[in-house]
Amino acid sequence: MTKLSTSAKVYLAMVFIVLYAPILYLVFYSFNSGGSMNNFESFTLEHYKAVFEDSRLLVILINTVIVALLSALISTIIGTLGAIGIVTVKDAKMRNTLLSLNNVLIVSPDVIIGASFLILFTMVGIKLGFASVLLAHVAFSVPIVVLMVLPKLLEMNKSLIDAALDLGATKKDIMMRVILPYIQPGIFAGFFLALTYSLDDFAVTFFVTGNGFSTLSVEIYSMARAGISLTVNAISGLVFFVTVFVVIGYYFITSRASKRTEGQQ
Amino acid sequence: MQTKTSKSALFPYVLWIALFVIAPIALVVYYSLLDLHGNFTLDNYKAFFTSVYLKMTLSSFWYAFLITFFTLLISYPTAYFLTKTKHKQLWLLLIIIPSWINLLLKTYAFIGIFGLYGPINAFIEVFGFDPQQMLFTDLSFVFVSVYIFIPFMILPIFNSLDRLNPTLIYAARDLGASAITTFRRVVLPLTLDGVKSGIQVVFIPALSLFMITRLIAGNRVITLGTAIEQQFLVTQNWGMGSTIAVFLILFMVIIMLITGQKDKGGRVR
Amino acid sequence: MKQLIQATIAILVVSALLMYAANAMSAGGGKSGKNTLTIFNWGEYIDPDLLKQFEKETGIHVVYETFDSNEAMMTKIQQGGTAYDIAVPSEYMIEKMKEEDLLIPLDKTKIPNIKNIDPYFLDLPFDDNNKYSVPYFWGTVGIVYNPSLVGDLDFSSWEDLWDSSLKRKVFLVDGAREVIGMGLNSLGYSLNSLNDDELREATDKLITLAPNVKAIIGDEITPLMINNEAAVALTWSGQAADMMYENEELDFAVPEEGSNLWFDNMVIPKTSKNMEGAHAFINFMLDADSAATNADYVGYSTPNIAAMDLMDEEVVTDERYYPSEQQRDTLEVYKNLGPDYLGKYNELFLEFKMSIR
Repeated sequence: MTKLSTSAKVYLAMVFIVLYAPILYLVFYSFNSGGSMNNFESFTLEHYKAVFEDSRLLVILINTVIVALLSALISTIIGTLGAIGIVTVKDAKMRNTLLSLNNVLIVSPDVIIGASFLILFTMVGIKLGFASVLLAHVAFSVPIVVLMVLPKLLEMNKSLIDAALDLGATKKDIMMRVILPYIQPGIFAGFFLALTYSLDDFAVTFFVTGNGFSTLSVEIYSMARAGISLTVNAISGLVFFVTVFVVIGYYFITSRASKRTEGQQ
Repeated sequence: MQTKTSKSALFPYVLWIALFVIAPIALVVYYSLLDLHGNFTLDNYKAFFTSVYLKMTLSSFWYAFLITFFTLLISYPTAYFLTKTKHKQLWLLLIIIPSWINLLLKTYAFIGIFGLYGPINAFIEVFGFDPQQMLFTDLSFVFVSVYIFIPFMILPIFNSLDRLNPTLIYAARDLGASAITTFRRVVLPLTLDGVKSGIQVVFIPALSLFMITRLIAGNRVITLGTAIEQQFLVTQNWGMGSTIAVFLILFMVIIMLITGQKDKGGRVR
Repeated sequence: MKQLIQATIAILVVSALLMYAANAMSAGGGKSGKNTLTIFNWGEYIDPDLLKQFEKETGIHVVYETFDSNEAMMTKIQQGGTAYDIAVPSEYMIEKMKEEDLLIPLDKTKIPNIKNIDPYFLDLPFDDNNKYSVPYFWGTVGIVYNPSLVGDLDFSSWEDLWDSSLKRKVFLVDGAREVIGMGLNSLGYSLNSLNDDELREATDKLITLAPNVKAIIGDEITPLMINNEAAVALTWSGQAADMMYENEELDFAVPEEGSNLWFDNMVIPKTSKNMEGAHAFINFMLDADSAATNADYVGYSTPNIAAMDLMDEEVVTDERYYPSEQQRDTLEVYKNLGPDYLGKYNELFLEFKMSIR
């Protein structure tokens, strides 16, 4: 492995600084004793205290995370299977049609998706709430998963499968031992971007939710007119640090574990 | 002999298309044929070909192009360097995490950062320059858009670079190819699928960007996405809003045809 | 492969645990269908303590849902699927909801506290005799400005916006009715004009304002003005109050030619399943104490006279928030324009927006 040059390191550092700057800005103001994201008055922890006293907001946060995790998981499964299906379609025209249909939801503005899903759900008679929100999130996350998995499938070497077949592998073996491990990075990429889609969505969720079920995004957007409270900054800051902590912790635990097993082999 | 499993793999996906893609398209097309009073008409389509909407279409494409170009420009080297870091999977995750924080909040943060009295201008003033107007300019608009899309571009490129066999590069270098030639002839062609997928997931949604056209560009940039949003939520002219959406979908199909894979048949049988 | 399975199991386990936690936390409310009241309101537009007090007094469990635009709210109520018992639309939306038959008439005998409302704000054209609605908050459209940045302009006239010293210094709020209405008002026309010539003239006049316009924005106008990003902004009095609370340099004026008078109102949508509770809630919010507490928290102008007696003297006598009756007479309430003219207003507004480049 070639080492990273200093200039490459500087470049990466710059990218990370820009990516994290607005978040640090948000977190900075979550300690502001003034009421908003302007004029830092003095340091306070009152907004963090407010988070833990506001059980409604905490329930909404938990709901948001549940919907994000489950919708990302389900859409990853559907999308991965879909991508595998698409590459097996021999007819190029048919494949392009499928891909175009795949991207319709990516190009459609949220209000349209939201309004048409609302009409769809009320027509079918699905009760608005957790189930309808989950379904909608699954629906708009599928295409991004397909687009992430597809390039990995396309670059996969056909001879790999031929070799496996020659060695007497069953179809199930090929799927489990050849295809899935190879496209795994694409699957993970799809999953994480589906999480992004779900966590960020406001308009679709707004239309298809109801009966007391709400997500953080819906809450935040509807606060805009009367002013977004710093409690939201505090809760975002908490979520952010917990996520970073979990990710780093999980990474080092698993990488140590896998090193150990490698060592044994 | 593979077809059977593949077909059943396709089943949930086709079901998804039927329920959540075909149904909305049908609805959108239906609404696009209605005028304000619910009568059938083609007036909305006529209205689209007036100068206002054509101008908007052009500007949407222009900004989507700029956004995609700069996103690619920044993401490719980032993805490339990331594959060479020690804990590359961890770093990659750290690229995605910022996108999990609510976009409206981040946009408000950007308004503060770019503001006349924000940290950037404070920094500029240290060097004796006058504060610059950064909000409500093309620059800030493209910057924030690129910010939003960076993870979507980095991920597919990273994935295609990651499996790139380093021996290929050594071989090329051994054979006397310069770093640039190696990149152009060896690295780039092998990562093309990833780049293509990245361009698709940036360009297509960038066409229908809204919200930040108002928050960051102060409506100085007006895109088709903004127009649809307005037609649906303010004018409540679902007909015209749907018509614009029909055109957006058409544009997307054209883009897919241009960038689509031209080779015959899948490699996974 | 092992990794994929592990990840799937991990996600399922975490989700199950979170669901358990969420259930445990919301269990306190008790989800017995009959004694639940679902309120649909703008975010941060009520003092949450009042909701708790209402729950304690009546034993009704309150579910609070939020929306970010009148139109989006109406779509939700129209489609049904959720039993909203109370909604808080603006006045022009009430006319529309009436047309679409989305509202339930109020039973005034269950709302004795309506006597607390200033008679000036009752029986308005958008809802004769307050058959369907009771005012919640009200306000005007005017100009927020920073006196230290605009010389001796005081914005007693809309013409001041066209002053040549304001090059790229003006924020406009992103609303067709507000901006076109301002153009109409500046020419002495009604902001409900249905006259094509007047509308054309107003738009042409607005286009000459383009060089002064810095941006056309939405709710983010509040933090921007607080930070002095622009000298002048056309906005609603409620948001102006928020801005002035944070940035004491700012001032607010409603030009003499006239402007808009707006109301947010409590209504009972036809989706309601707890009419008894909904009436009780409206009556509770009209109580002098709760209305005063709420006005303190939200910072908008209350139509509740009894509440004003309980509030800070300085606030309720401030003519910027509580204009005198004489001033109020120059103000007009938005009328429902009908779909054709609403479309026309938006078209003209779009034309104006495109002229700013």
